Amino acid sequence: MAAQVVTISSGKGGVGKTTAVANLAVALATDGGRVVCIDGDIGLRNLDVVMGLENRIVYDIVDVIEGRCKLRQAMIRDKHLPELYLIPAAQTRDKNSVSPSDMKRICDELRLSADFILIDSPAGIERGFRNAIAPADRVLVITNPEVSAVRDADRVIGILEAEEKHSPSLVINRLNPNLVKQHDMLSAEDVLDLLGIQLIGIVPEDEGVIVGSNRGVPVAQDPKSRAGQAFRNIAHRLKGEEVPFMDLDKQSGLWDRIQKMTGRR
Amino acid sequence: MHDLHSLVQIKGLRDGLLVSLTDAPWEDQQSALLSHMDEQPSFFQGARLALDVGTQILHVNEMVELRDQLSDRNVALWAVISESPTTEHTAQLLGLATRISKPHPEETPLPSKGPNDETALFINKTLRSGTRIEYPGHVVVLGDVNPGAEIVAEGNVIIWGKLRGAVHAGSKGDENSKVCGLDFSPMQLRIAEKAVNTKKERQILGPVVAFIRNERVVVESWKFS
Repeated sequence: MAAQVVTISSGKGGVGKTTAVANLAVALATDGGRVVCIDGDIGLRNLDVVMGLENRIVYDIVDVIEGRCKLRQAMIRDKHLPELYLIPAAQTRDKNSVSPSDMKRICDELRLSADFILIDSPAGIERGFRNAIAPADRVLVITNPEVSAVRDADRVIGILEAEEKHSPSLVINRLNPNLVKQHDMLSAEDVLDLLGIQLIGIVPEDEGVIVGSNRGVPVAQDPKSRAGQAFRNIAHRLKGEEVPFMDLDKQSGLWDRIQKMTGRR
Repeated sequence: MHDLHSLVQIKGLRDGLLVSLTDAPWEDQQSALLSHMDEQPSFFQGARLALDVGTQILHVNEMVELRDQLSDRNVALWAVISESPTTEHTAQLLGLATRISKPHPEETPLPSKGPNDETALFINKTLRSGTRIEYPGHVVVLGDVNPGAEIVAEGNVIIWGKLRGAVHAGSKGDENSKVCGLDFSPMQLRIAEKAVNTKKERQILGPVVAFIRNERVVVESWKFS
């Protein structure tokens, strides 16, 4: 058993890297996979909050690197899923406390005992980003259907190509089909046309995601959530399964149906 | 075994250290540089390093490895200066500077090696945001030029793909330079000293050529004749 190391990156901040890591981790672990998440955002950690594990942190990744604890001691087990672990970032240090070779070493140590290692990359293209992509077997670039986010994603893809990493896959997050229809938002096709990499998932805009993040309960645990379903689909695709893309127009909310009936778009 | 100090030369610059390499094998020079650093860690701590590799051709993985090795030692690699366009290009792709701001000794005007030189840079991939290509001749791209990417060429620029970034053709003032693209919506287009705000131009479908006519940049549909 050798784990796949997947780094989630975006360039721009606030597009949903941390949310995606938490949800993919939950989806993969719900299917029985053994998953370790690593928060790569040293100094600005928040994966622990989104996963609802903040009050359990004793040791963090910098403690492991600087030899103050064993790797196992820094792995926090999830409350609900026994096969899901988090290695938190240090809040009081900065990105230079970790080097790309440290990340590789930690991942190599974890590889034998896990199925998936998910790394949450910090925003930007500096040291923290370099650390996060160094051990990756695969990189997911996440973007929103907005010009600025797509521009940054393009830059990140360019860097990954220059580093001769395996070609990254694209996640389009927070797509609002109604805004796309009104031509007020880039469509998935527009984004793909520009970035020209393989698409691994489209996550529709969903208020439940924010609520879930604040409560520390990722939506991938909610069988009724559309965004949760989208994350579960991405998890299946990560495992190499063929899953058809969701029809985002179908099953829209009650308000949309009322709008359609009254002739408004 | 080469003498360490003959392999690696280190000079202080206004904005960092400049390390000049010779043509000795890359592995030897790299290890010479790193051991040099390990001997005097306090001197190098937190330094910004520019690397002049001369005529050596460095591949991406070599450059990445060196950068990681340096960052392990808390030294930032910020520029790679090279005489080889391949190495320069690699450095640009990694987001490193390829020029350093020192009074350029090359102020002596080069014998006007313009587009007449018939040299072209061929780029067989999509240029993504953050990439800047500067070339003293023509540039041919087999791929797209995305928003945020820039091409500055002294000659013509031919893009066999979608042009959405910024292009400056005839950058040294050649008004006969042209810019061609299959799908034309550049963020910025300049030929010699003339610029057009392409957002105002109506979108022309299909292959397009831009050139200077009567002191203005015109953008026309490509006519097969």
